[in-house]
Amino acid sequence: MANVLEVKDLNVTFSLHDGDVSAVRDLSFVLGQGETLAVVGESGSGKSQAFLAIMGLLARNGRATGKAVLGGTDLLALSPTELDRHRGLDIAMIFQDPMTSLNPSLKIGRQLAEVLVRHRGQSDSAAWRHATEMLDRVGIPEAARRADSYPHELSGGMRQRVMIAMALLCEPKVLIADEPTTALDVTVQAQMLELFKTLTDDFGAALVLITHDLGVVAGLADRMMVMYAGRAVESGSVDDLFYAPNHPYTFGLLHSTPHVEDSGQRLRPILGLPPSLEHLPTGCAFHPRCAFVMPECRTARPELTHRGGGRHAACFYEGELKEKEAAE
Amino acid sequence: MSAAGPILSVQNVGKIFGLSAGFLRKPLILKALSDISFTVNEGETLGIVGESGCGKSTLGRCILQLLTPDEGKVLWLGRDLTTLPAGEMRKHRRDLQIIFQDPLASLNPRMTVGGIIADPLRTLMPELSQKQRRAKVIEMMEAVGLLPEMINRYPHEFSGGQAQRIGIARALITEPKLIVCDEPVSALDVSIQAQILNLLSELRERFNLTLVFISHDLSVVRHVSDRIMVLYLGRMIEYAPRDDLYNDAKHPYTRALLSAVPVPDPRLARARQITELVGEIPSPINPPSGCTFRTRCPYALPLCAEKRPEIEPVDAERTVACHRWREIADGAPPTQHAGASA
Amino acid sequence: MAGITGKDRTLTAYADTLERLDAPKGRSLTQDAMRRLIANRAALISIFLVTAIVLIAFVGSYFVPWDGTKVDWGAIRKPPNFESGHYLGTDQNGRDLLARLLQGTQMSLIVAGVATVVSVVVGVVYGAISGYFGGRVDALMMRFVDIMYALPYILFVIILVVIFGRSPVLLFVGIGLLEWLTMARIVRGQTLSFKEKEFVEAARAGGAKPFTIIMRHIVPNLTGPVVIYATLTVPEIIIVESFLSYLGLGVQEPLTSLGTLISNGAPVAEVLPWLLVAPAIVLVTLLLCLSYIGDGLRDALDPKDR
Repeated sequence: MANVLEVKDLNVTFSLHDGDVSAVRDLSFVLGQGETLAVVGESGSGKSQAFLAIMGLLARNGRATGKAVLGGTDLLALSPTELDRHRGLDIAMIFQDPMTSLNPSLKIGRQLAEVLVRHRGQSDSAAWRHATEMLDRVGIPEAARRADSYPHELSGGMRQRVMIAMALLCEPKVLIADEPTTALDVTVQAQMLELFKTLTDDFGAALVLITHDLGVVAGLADRMMVMYAGRAVESGSVDDLFYAPNHPYTFGLLHSTPHVEDSGQRLRPILGLPPSLEHLPTGCAFHPRCAFVMPECRTARPELTHRGGGRHAACFYEGELKEKEAAE
Repeated sequence: MSAAGPILSVQNVGKIFGLSAGFLRKPLILKALSDISFTVNEGETLGIVGESGCGKSTLGRCILQLLTPDEGKVLWLGRDLTTLPAGEMRKHRRDLQIIFQDPLASLNPRMTVGGIIADPLRTLMPELSQKQRRAKVIEMMEAVGLLPEMINRYPHEFSGGQAQRIGIARALITEPKLIVCDEPVSALDVSIQAQILNLLSELRERFNLTLVFISHDLSVVRHVSDRIMVLYLGRMIEYAPRDDLYNDAKHPYTRALLSAVPVPDPRLARARQITELVGEIPSPINPPSGCTFRTRCPYALPLCAEKRPEIEPVDAERTVACHRWREIADGAPPTQHAGASA
Repeated sequence: MAGITGKDRTLTAYADTLERLDAPKGRSLTQDAMRRLIANRAALISIFLVTAIVLIAFVGSYFVPWDGTKVDWGAIRKPPNFESGHYLGTDQNGRDLLARLLQGTQMSLIVAGVATVVSVVVGVVYGAISGYFGGRVDALMMRFVDIMYALPYILFVIILVVIFGRSPVLLFVGIGLLEWLTMARIVRGQTLSFKEKEFVEAARAGGAKPFTIIMRHIVPNLTGPVVIYATLTVPEIIIVESFLSYLGLGVQEPLTSLGTLISNGAPVAEVLPWLLVAPAIVLVTLLLCLSYIGDGLRDALDPKDR
């Protein structure tokens, strides 16, 4: 399976007035054609910033270095005008809050058509028709009438569908979804996840699903990458990571997630707080909270190593991760 | 769980909001809650579950009289709180407290942590001296896992999880009997959610608390509740003990909701049959006639549009509001009318 | 008050802990804002200049050789002259301009200060009550403000002057009573938004009475917009005072203010330019600096960059 996106040594830094802060460090991964990769992490993990950097959407005080090669072109090396040509066409992104992503003063059909006119050079009428078809495809009833309405006239779930439609209009090779269902109700979320599945199959697009919800990952993703304090700490197939994780953080996340099918067993939370990016611990960033910590973890940082079968993990602990009383 | 009897009894509570529709136009009526009745026993945890527009947060506030119900009664230890004047109600506030969803928004940014936690003491227990107040604050900070040295810090210097602990300390300081928890972990990271849920369980044991736990997250609710009430557009549609609800839900909405909750288990997720609901939650301003769920119900019949289902008992412990719950439980197939339009 | 029960024993133990506790002071929002303000160079320079002007105006008169009321018959209409001690020259009556300028600046600053305090106090109380109680109370109170806005203020001041005669105190109060209207509106708007915040609900759940909530929870959070608006009001008040004095409704001889000095200097500006230039420079400097400080405060109190 060919790789549609290859990212190597991505580093994202922000300059704040008391110094620089690194949000993403040495991130490298590949995305296969048509596959769904889940990027999992909590606040401060850098999962959103990494992909904002690839899309060229970082805040003004942010800088990205490294390579992000999409179909032979390194996106990070492009100038803003050149990047504009690829954004929307080959790679698209949808965000958590559809209300702020849509222009409230333009009709929906217009916003969609604009994408086609810009990137595909279609005429206004052809673009409008195409947009209406797409709205229908994402499951918006009475698509022609809806195309003529404004964003505030639609519900949250509908607006998110419009965002998906906009992203898929030019049939990009890669679709990045940043917490796309977090703001939605459970039943609407279920519909949205079904929609993602169908559309990525139909269009053959690769999907990057950025989320903190392991349930969503289990239902949708093929592969998974776990991030902590700006670095990737584990990656591999979803089944591998859920049933036999190699990294204590992944293990901890799985055991602190309440399970709807599980009768009320006591949760085993990860102790401590997520680290402040400005004051990272020495050695392995996770060691203060790790139940399997060893002396070398405090002084040296483990590299991401291949563990066989397409899996990678960054941890010194080689033993099996089992239920254990916290080492701290 | 002690069988000490109900300390809270909510009877036929309703709440209406009027929204202005503009100049010279009649205001729109939003019926946020209709005919809600339930009881909570001492030491028990009642989970209230529903999606947006179901009225669960409104219900939490009606219990505490932060909003006054327009209909019905709220009986606390036998007294009807809805008819009490503010001064009388204040006496009961020592026993009734609340924890909010957004930890940072629920803390006054200009007060120190010590001041925030001590605030209810100043109003509700004015007989305490300043020194005694501070002593209680420190005791509470340690109980919730905060370092006492943080007592002079300001809310913005804390993370979300720590801020929520401050909120919990504030709610506990008057030694209440019942605490309404309004989505207390929804705004927190997953690993911190688990810490706070465990903390709440510990505190519940330690202080013999009765909790009303409001959440949209069914997985979380399962972990803390003894009995659960499901709301849809301001109405109670199912009420059952925890295991009964999760293993054998009777109402089609509850069943769909349970099947829609993402499960962090790939094999289970692949094997699942999700009952997909058509359409979206209708606007509470203009709810569908008859059963408000019928527009999305896979089992809807014409009867459902004509008559609103009454709340019927399933057995001694459970109730449900659905015309067809018996047939569905017996295995009736979904109808052709799935998702009939409003 | 230590009792016999175990609970009291525990509490006493805590009370002891707390005496030994080394609880560091937190970093309040105000301190954060001050830090940001000082980092803003334009604001910092403006603060220095304003402080300098205020100090000189109040203390300087002790160091100046001439008195503002004394007439120097030998030096009428003289331009600035170092030897005679008339550093800024004299006016048509032989009075030293520097001394008059100092006294005039004092007067303008006092008027501005008192009027600002009056407008802040009245505006905050009125706006907070109106915003917190909402409903009909709010509607009524705000209609009153709207009506007051519609009245031409000059008319109002003239009426006041006619009733009470000319006095500086009247001026302070009169202008203050004009400025409170906008302050009330701003405070009401802020109160409306704070009323819905969860920490106010938490205070209600804690049994706090409305007055306590307003004073302890809402008003402290209003300091940001209030301070900014007050700082930007001061220049406005100085101009209003200058205008009124120019019309003859404000400060009267032998007292003077910046406005009066300018109104005296304007007609003879071609012949005795120093009479206009000196007070004008002081006025413009004050206004510019206060505007920069106001802008700086607005940036400092806006917690957008976290």
